[in-house]
Amino acid sequence: MTITDPAQVFRVEAQELLDQLEQGLLDLERCPTNADIIAQVFRALHTLKGSGAMFGFDALAAFAHHCESAFDRVRKGEVQVTPQLVAAVLSAQDHIRALAQGDDHATSDGEALIAAIDKAMNCAGPSTSASAAERTWQIRFSLVRDALVNGTRPLALLDELRALGTCTVAPLMADIPSLEDLIPTDSYLAWNVTLTTQHPKSAIEDVFIFVGEDANLSIEAAEPVLDDGVDAVDTTTSADTLLSDATLPTPANDKPAPLADHRSTTTGETVRVPAERLDELMNRVGELVIAQSRLKQVCASHSDVNLHSVSEEIERLAAELRDTMMSVRMVPISQLFGRFRRLIHDLARDTGKTIEFQTFGETTELDKTVIERLADPLIHLIRNAADHGLEGPEERRKAGKPDSGHVSLSARQAGAEVIISVSDDGRGVDYARVRAKAEQNGLIEKGATLSDNDVLQLLFHAGFSTAQTVTNISGRGVGMDVVKRTIEGLRGTIDIKSTQGAGSEVALRIPLTLAIIDGLLVRVGQGRYVIPLSSVEECVELTTELDQRSRGHCFLTLREQLVPFIRLRNLFATNTTPDRYQKVVVVSTGSERVGLVVDQILGDHQTVIKPLSRFHAEIETFSGATILGDGGVALILDVPHLVAAGQQQEDRLRAAG
Amino acid sequence: MRPADPMSDDSELAWEDDQLKALTFDLSGETFALEASVVCEILDILPETSVPGSAPIAGSVINFRGSVIPVADLRLAFGLAQKGVSLDSRFIVIELECQGETCLIGLKADKVFEVTTISRSTTEAAPRIGMHWRQDFIRCLAKRNGDFIVVPNLPRIFASCGQSASLTGTQH
Amino acid sequence: MSSILIVDDSASIRQTVKIALGGQGHAVSEACDGSDGLNKAKGGKYELVITDLNMPIMDGLSMIKKMRTLPAYQGVPILFLTTESDAGLKSQAKAAGATGWITKPFDSEQLRRIVTKVLAK
Repeated sequence: MTITDPAQVFRVEAQELLDQLEQGLLDLERCPTNADIIAQVFRALHTLKGSGAMFGFDALAAFAHHCESAFDRVRKGEVQVTPQLVAAVLSAQDHIRALAQGDDHATSDGEALIAAIDKAMNCAGPSTSASAAERTWQIRFSLVRDALVNGTRPLALLDELRALGTCTVAPLMADIPSLEDLIPTDSYLAWNVTLTTQHPKSAIEDVFIFVGEDANLSIEAAEPVLDDGVDAVDTTTSADTLLSDATLPTPANDKPAPLADHRSTTTGETVRVPAERLDELMNRVGELVIAQSRLKQVCASHSDVNLHSVSEEIERLAAELRDTMMSVRMVPISQLFGRFRRLIHDLARDTGKTIEFQTFGETTELDKTVIERLADPLIHLIRNAADHGLEGPEERRKAGKPDSGHVSLSARQAGAEVIISVSDDGRGVDYARVRAKAEQNGLIEKGATLSDNDVLQLLFHAGFSTAQTVTNISGRGVGMDVVKRTIEGLRGTIDIKSTQGAGSEVALRIPLTLAIIDGLLVRVGQGRYVIPLSSVEECVELTTELDQRSRGHCFLTLREQLVPFIRLRNLFATNTTPDRYQKVVVVSTGSERVGLVVDQILGDHQTVIKPLSRFHAEIETFSGATILGDGGVALILDVPHLVAAGQQQEDRLRAAG
Repeated sequence: MRPADPMSDDSELAWEDDQLKALTFDLSGETFALEASVVCEILDILPETSVPGSAPIAGSVINFRGSVIPVADLRLAFGLAQKGVSLDSRFIVIELECQGETCLIGLKADKVFEVTTISRSTTEAAPRIGMHWRQDFIRCLAKRNGDFIVVPNLPRIFASCGQSASLTGTQH
Repeated sequence: MSSILIVDDSASIRQTVKIALGGQGHAVSEACDGSDGLNKAKGGKYELVITDLNMPIMDGLSMIKKMRTLPAYQGVPILFLTTESDAGLKSQAKAAGATGWITKPFDSEQLRRIVTKVLAK
């Protein structure tokens, strides 16, 4: 499907602008005087207003206009950025989002939101000094002698400085030699420039990017400004430069504004493609891979050398095309992480805690469908960390920790998996309380011996919540079990580590892609099935003796451990006689194992996963289907579900004694 | 959950000037008709893969151009006798709106006849009595050459698929 | 606008530069190595030269040095293409007479910004 509806084009663009706006606002909360970010927020609002009006989103344009006017005042230094203002504009931003989606119900509270912004603006009052937006810099530079020959144009540099703000230039002519010694192509002048600008120091350094190393350059603030963390540091460094010998080169441009940095790196040339076209392309590639494996089968029965070489060529091309396709589907996880900064902002407001949020490995890439499905589990884990994990400031002080709590979110790739972890430096899991609660709920028997890890696993039981007071943020007893199910649905696993008093870490291990898996192809009766290879532990023979003996209780002993097994022939009601040499494929999800009895193991199979239609979507035994080399269909077994079924069988047998 | 008036579904048929283009086919000796507009393709028989645990009416899947689509056997909805595969057997691939999504389904047919035009004047609602078929599974009956053609109500027939309840209740 | 010479042995880089700057109305000529670049420079009057450093036959550094000895190319901006990791090369190239650099990979926007910067009159 092609996007041809201009309104739809606007919606997609608005989405991006709103994301930028949100990031900008959240950045501003940390650095309320950063002129770059203020300008960025203003630009986003401005563009929203302009394109909104162009595509007939009149209500949106009118509303964005109000916000834009507000930020225009901030930009001009008439109003300071306050947490109230950020909160008000964040709400306004949500409203614009709703308007962009054509949600007309949203229009009713527009007035209230504008009133809130106005109120926040009035409270904020005029900025204490113009320096919030504008600063005055003293710049002194001279060029090396041969700079002019080498193409540097001092006039152009001065023009660039002038473009940044109001500026006075004074030439220093002390170094000009007498006329007979003067070489007309050499550079003798130096300049003193006083520049008043909203732009940060890095913008000035950018002007001198090509001359920084061999020019005598110093840039210093005319008056130090202490309320702006980032730039204050720069100010000190440049003061040092001033004190030192003026011939020492100033490191130019090796310190870009840290906040603007990650945005500027995303401006590489890209093409926006609707997601469904990617899916379509993926399907075509899947078909090609299937057609290719049929071709290979056909070739096997022919001895024509030319045919074989063409077939091999196509096999190579198909494999490369598939790999390329997979890489196209990969998107950086920053898309997902960006959303959580807003969540933390809201959580901090709702809980009254100060929360420092850090993210690592934002450039780690994952399949886009995986990323979409990770959003909810991660929201839950972050909420848990902020709400249950972190203590209030007082409790933290008593425990000798800094007032503000830390929540960090990191992602990194490890082989064919990505590990995403959410950690906090809060109170950690209270093992005794989890136990008590589990005993109370009847999940475990009183006095049962449990390892710490067993206790942590209890958190994943449905309906388990240890929050002493139920808040509206988390702790309603739905959650960790849902998180676990979602992650297992992505064929991933969860690990928890927690030290009482020091914090917790939840790590999710997720396969890179959902679209293709390596599978073990097996036969049960007439049907062929695929077992995801990542969950296969080993394959053993089901001896006749064991087969006979285990009619009643289905267990086999593997290295002195009892493993329950399921006869897939019975489960699938094949009504066929078992093969003489049946095999048991032992699969696991982390700590739990189950054996699957099959008639025959056919081999490895790289599988393009096809969804089952909704007619079969509710059959839990299968997670999807795949097309085999001969054009037939094999169903993919849902291992977590089968393991759960095996455990139930074990529990029943244990209960029966 | 049958509606008070099963004929209300009749409006979903795309009558044009009281004419309906339809594809007719044979299933265990009965003639059925499908609106031509929902038919995507008629396929020769392909190997089916049965799906253990599924509703019997849609008990298997096939590979249709790289997609895995369910195969439905309307015989099970109308209690017709099973019949083996012959040279004339086909899958009719249709597009069906179900729960807001468009699904492709392969319907089994013993023989595909033709695309024909049904006049509204020749049709009547399924009689309330004297039928061994579920009345709400039939949109209308069209008289032709002394016999009649069944226009099945596919959304109703497949409504219970995907839930655990199967359609076995209609088999006698 | 201006006449620009791009010297690079990679046809795709030349093409990229040509498209990005040609779209701005500049006249872009191509040369595929240092000696080709020097010959083309002698034969015409370019207002900006963009060159790769790693090239067969004559590398970028030698070409810049030689070009700067031509009276017509004193004061003409010369930009070289480099990567983040080649910090050492930057000072060598500047010493050879280059005006500035463009860090690879670059997008059209970055390229245009730098070209505008050094072409400013």
